[in-house]
Amino acid sequence: MTPSDISAVWITLKLAFISSAILMLIGIPIAWRLSQSHWRLKPVIEALVALPLILPPTVLGFYLLLAFAPDTLLGTGWQQLTGTPLAFSFSGLVIGSVIYSLPFVVQPLQAGFEQLPRDILEAAATMGAKPLDRFISIVMPITKRSFITAASLAFAHTVGEFGVVLMIGGNIPGATQVVSIALYDHVETMNYVQAHILAGGLLVFSLLLLTAVYWGNRGARLWR
Amino acid sequence: MTLRTAIKLQRVQARSRFELDVDFELAAKGITALYGQSGAGKSSILRCIAGLERQAVGTISYGDHQWQSTRQQVFVAPEQRAVAYVFQDNRLFPHLNVEDNLRYALRRRYASHGPDINDAVEWFGLIALLAHYPAQLSGGESRRVALARAALSAPRLMLLDEPLSGVDKAGKASLLQAIRHLQQQLACPMLYISHHIDEISQIADHLMLLEAGKIVSQGPLIELCSRIEESLAHEQDAAAILQCRVVANDAAFDLTELLCGDEQRLYVSQSQLRLHQLVRIRIPARDVSIALSRPDDSSILNILHTRIDALEDTHSGRVLLRLNISGQYLLARITRKSALQLGLHKGMSVYAQIKSVALLNQALPVGTLDHE
Repeated sequence: MTPSDISAVWITLKLAFISSAILMLIGIPIAWRLSQSHWRLKPVIEALVALPLILPPTVLGFYLLLAFAPDTLLGTGWQQLTGTPLAFSFSGLVIGSVIYSLPFVVQPLQAGFEQLPRDILEAAATMGAKPLDRFISIVMPITKRSFITAASLAFAHTVGEFGVVLMIGGNIPGATQVVSIALYDHVETMNYVQAHILAGGLLVFSLLLLTAVYWGNRGARLWR
Repeated sequence: MTLRTAIKLQRVQARSRFELDVDFELAAKGITALYGQSGAGKSSILRCIAGLERQAVGTISYGDHQWQSTRQQVFVAPEQRAVAYVFQDNRLFPHLNVEDNLRYALRRRYASHGPDINDAVEWFGLIALLAHYPAQLSGGESRRVALARAALSAPRLMLLDEPLSGVDKAGKASLLQAIRHLQQQLACPMLYISHHIDEISQIADHLMLLEAGKIVSQGPLIELCSRIEESLAHEQDAAAILQCRVVANDAAFDLTELLCGDEQRLYVSQSQLRLHQLVRIRIPARDVSIALSRPDDSSILNILHTRIDALEDTHSGRVLLRLNISGQYLLARITRKSALQLGLHKGMSVYAQIKSVALLNQALPVGTLDHE
């Protein structure tokens, strides 16, 4: 692997870790609210969350690129806050990845929460457990499979993303160039040996991660 | 502690519409039974008191604690009411074994003092079940765990929703005993739902009658059972409850002699009762017949001299009588024809022949819960 390939791997892992962490942080409350809500407009929110599943990544990337431009509210706000532009930056990649992978976190969590027997939460409340306590002591252990699935899918999906990164990342080696883009570059320059290493690596990594997820879910009941 | 509840709750389901509209004040002490048919709103009342019905409109307060007031926009969350709830479906935590289910409540208990795990395990005979998961428990075992768990919360008030449902006959007797024992140990008032009057007459001190979402009457159990104008006395299984004292055990005839009031004696099948112990007996109205003079050629053993305190025509060819026995009351249901032939009237002195007497709250040996 060339030094720029190694840094691409490093950037990809960093992006996947940070994005997954942020995704879990915002995905859990969104999934919880959706699972508990009977709001009339809930399908609209669900559709918005699911949009990245069917939208070509380039569409999302295009709009993000426009939103990140220095003359927009988001672009100027970010520039004033951090002193660096958002477009073609690592932070921009994180924002893009989070939006892009959101359904992969929200959907398994929401499905898990919806299966949870609600009445045992009432029972916990009558024993003095406050809402956060109930979530940690009852909801999380019972739906832990959903948490593992959500986190794994968020990570794997961020590692594998291409279109959004291509549109908003700028392909800057050492800063925003991720593995999937580096692979694309190698193929463009007919550098098939390098391409094989990255492509094979991604293939094996993704297969292993998914196998681990399904292995863990094998015969899993809702609890224990 | 006084529990004041004035609550309205409407629920519209598919086609049925249920409306709960209750307003009562209850000196919460001992065990208060909430009695009514299925769908009368018993569980809804408990849910409102526990804070599980946010849509309920009105006020609820317990002692100095205001739990809910729609007008003042007060709603205390269930976890801050210090109320323990034994649900009809137990609601054990499926991911925790029995011991951890118990510890869950203990760790969050409402008072600094209270029973510990060992107490609860002993009261409800759980020692062999501690490592089991809820899915491995029978209905009766789950119920015992649920009761023990509620006790470990050290609550200010305990709500029990049909705690004997789904428990076999032998289990019922020992569970009733355990609940009684629990009430005495915790000194915590209990609200107890049941639609079985025999179960209630064994355990309750106080009774509230609920019909179609409304409280129709409330009062001390013994008094309420003998109020002949109330619907309770007109039920098929209507029965009077009397308090008696054990005065002798007659081993030769396998009988136990009870004293009711100062001079009236009753015999029941011999049981493990201590002398001078107070017991409750239940005498069904349909098992009491009337004679004007003391019959001395009858096989019926229990014949009491009483005075007719009240008569009520039940409009089905029957007359319900309330008989005074040294300040306590007996119910008798006879045909209107008999009442006319004997010329019965209020204040008349008659003999009540009692065909069956059921002894309530029998003292059970400790440890019976281990073998369900």
